[in-house]
Amino acid sequence: MALIELRELGRVYQTGDTEFAALRDVNLDIDKGEFVAITGSSGSGKSTLMNVLGCLDSPTRGHYVLGGRDVAQLSRIELARVRNEFIGFVFQNFNLLSRTTALENVELPLIYARVPPTERHQRAREALERVGLGHRAGHTPSQLSGGQQQRVAIARALVTRPPLILADEPTGNLDSATSVEIMALMTELNRSGMTICFVTHEPDIAAHAARKLVLKDGAVISDERQQPLMEQAS
Amino acid sequence: MISFGETLRLAARALRRNKMRSFLTTLGIIIGVGAVIFIQSIGEGAKSRVRAQIESAGTNIVMLWSGSSQGPGGRGGAGSQPSITWEDLRAIQTELPSVRAVAPQISSNQPVISETNTWNTQITGTTPDYFVIRNWPVASGALFTASDQASAAKSAVIGQTTAENLFGPGVDPIGQIIRIRDAPFTVVGVLDRKGQNAMGMDQDDGIYIPLSAFQTRMQRGLGKFVPGRISVSAVSAEAIPRVRQEIAELLRERHKIDTDEEDDFSTSSMAEMTSMLTSTQETMTMLLSAIALVSLIVGGIGVMNIMLVSVTERTREIGIRMAVGAQPADIMMQFLVEALVLACIGGALGVAFGVGFGQVIAPKFGWIMETKAQVVFISLAVSAGVGIVFGLYPARKASRLDPIDALRYE
Repeated sequence: MALIELRELGRVYQTGDTEFAALRDVNLDIDKGEFVAITGSSGSGKSTLMNVLGCLDSPTRGHYVLGGRDVAQLSRIELARVRNEFIGFVFQNFNLLSRTTALENVELPLIYARVPPTERHQRAREALERVGLGHRAGHTPSQLSGGQQQRVAIARALVTRPPLILADEPTGNLDSATSVEIMALMTELNRSGMTICFVTHEPDIAAHAARKLVLKDGAVISDERQQPLMEQAS
Repeated sequence: MISFGETLRLAARALRRNKMRSFLTTLGIIIGVGAVIFIQSIGEGAKSRVRAQIESAGTNIVMLWSGSSQGPGGRGGAGSQPSITWEDLRAIQTELPSVRAVAPQISSNQPVISETNTWNTQITGTTPDYFVIRNWPVASGALFTASDQASAAKSAVIGQTTAENLFGPGVDPIGQIIRIRDAPFTVVGVLDRKGQNAMGMDQDDGIYIPLSAFQTRMQRGLGKFVPGRISVSAVSAEAIPRVRQEIAELLRERHKIDTDEEDDFSTSSMAEMTSMLTSTQETMTMLLSAIALVSLIVGGIGVMNIMLVSVTERTREIGIRMAVGAQPADIMMQFLVEALVLACIGGALGVAFGVGFGQVIAPKFGWIMETKAQVVFISLAVSAGVGIVFGLYPARKASRLDPIDALRYE
């Protein structure tokens, strides 16, 4: 059984009398352990798809089955629980809490998972070490570079050990050297067994994935397997 | 929902980030609670002062007057028709167990002459029990005695004000001779200072002499009847109504009054006056407290206002928290607890402010502060209530944000 199953998924935005279909008819299966890049021109619906996958946005029609459960029907409380337990989300603009240390930022999902403080600190520290920022635990986002901030965000995404990591343009605000570092980290996480799905409009970044989806006008127009960049290198 | 301790920690941190703003927000509550505490404390102080003044007139006193006259010569007030005899007095004293002491008294204003001065003051003829009833010891010398009363001795006990006016400072009044209506009286004692009574009259200005001497020197009465009014002290405050009842029954029986006839005497007690004065006091306090409470509510609106600003400012933070798994109830609690902490800090500072302000101001106006723990507790509870009530709307607003809209908010 696939980790993610999308069936005739649609998302329509309504502003006054005008309707805009960001997603029209998406049918997609993503298996456990896959490394998927979603690409497409701007306005193709890739961010909307990502938000729906991340349970931040709800589809207006169709089914989204995540780990055997149709999340399109879930309540706000249940969605919050799914976001907490099943999904780690990485944003283009990092979305860290300002004036809050890296360690506390990483702890945030664990607070809402009701993990007791001692275990929480321990796990957050481990996650920071895993992204290579163990020595920066006490720094606030403004004291960190863009690449480091994104690493903190990735640590926050993986600290609850979710089966699925979603990243919306994770390298969009980073220079190319840092972007490569971040993608190397993503590749490593994927190799450790996490399913990773990311949105990008840059072909170089998409090249890191093992599967590439192309969206156009709210529908998947291309879905192909490819040799991941990191494997080519080695 | 996450634990309360966690939420509390979060709220404390958020408020610390905006110290000045947090303080200004709580100012409304500080002033509101401060005013409530101050007014209540002053009111309580004033009430206990009135109570003390009334008690200075004597404890558990029932006043007894001879009856009002209803003869052909026209009606007269209480005491105008002598009806209570010395025998009646003795019966009240001995037969009623709820009565502690009985003392008749009759007063008249007279010029009093010492060697150096003349002073107009009130002369009261009474019995030694009077000082027992009024709980009034001497500061120096001695009270006149039962044998002075029996022999109509010309002994006088004087108040502090009278002593100062007759003899001037630095002169020992004991043993001095004063002349009242040409009769020489020897000062045997000076009474303790008692201050003003509930009516604002100086209780220390007066001279007390044996009733028998008063009658021989100043006003000859009918030997059989007790002149003036009679102070009766009950054994306890609770016994006052019973004493009045028993006196009425006893005197009606002794005077052979038929059931359809009116009393030929009357009684009154200080209890009515006490309750009247304190209830006026209470009404004032209530009124002022209500006004103070309004300012507390205005303070609550301040809290709501700043919480709404805070929710808007932190929309992205809310979005981030929701994205990593915060449930609507978690967000709601976060902001509700923040408002609650804000209001409670305001309440605590308000109590400190109210008490501190009172300690500074009260002595300047001669007020007495009496802060009741109960009032402090209620004020704090009301502040907490204000925090919850006025924090509810902003907190609900925060918890209902859509995660994706909140994340996109700039």
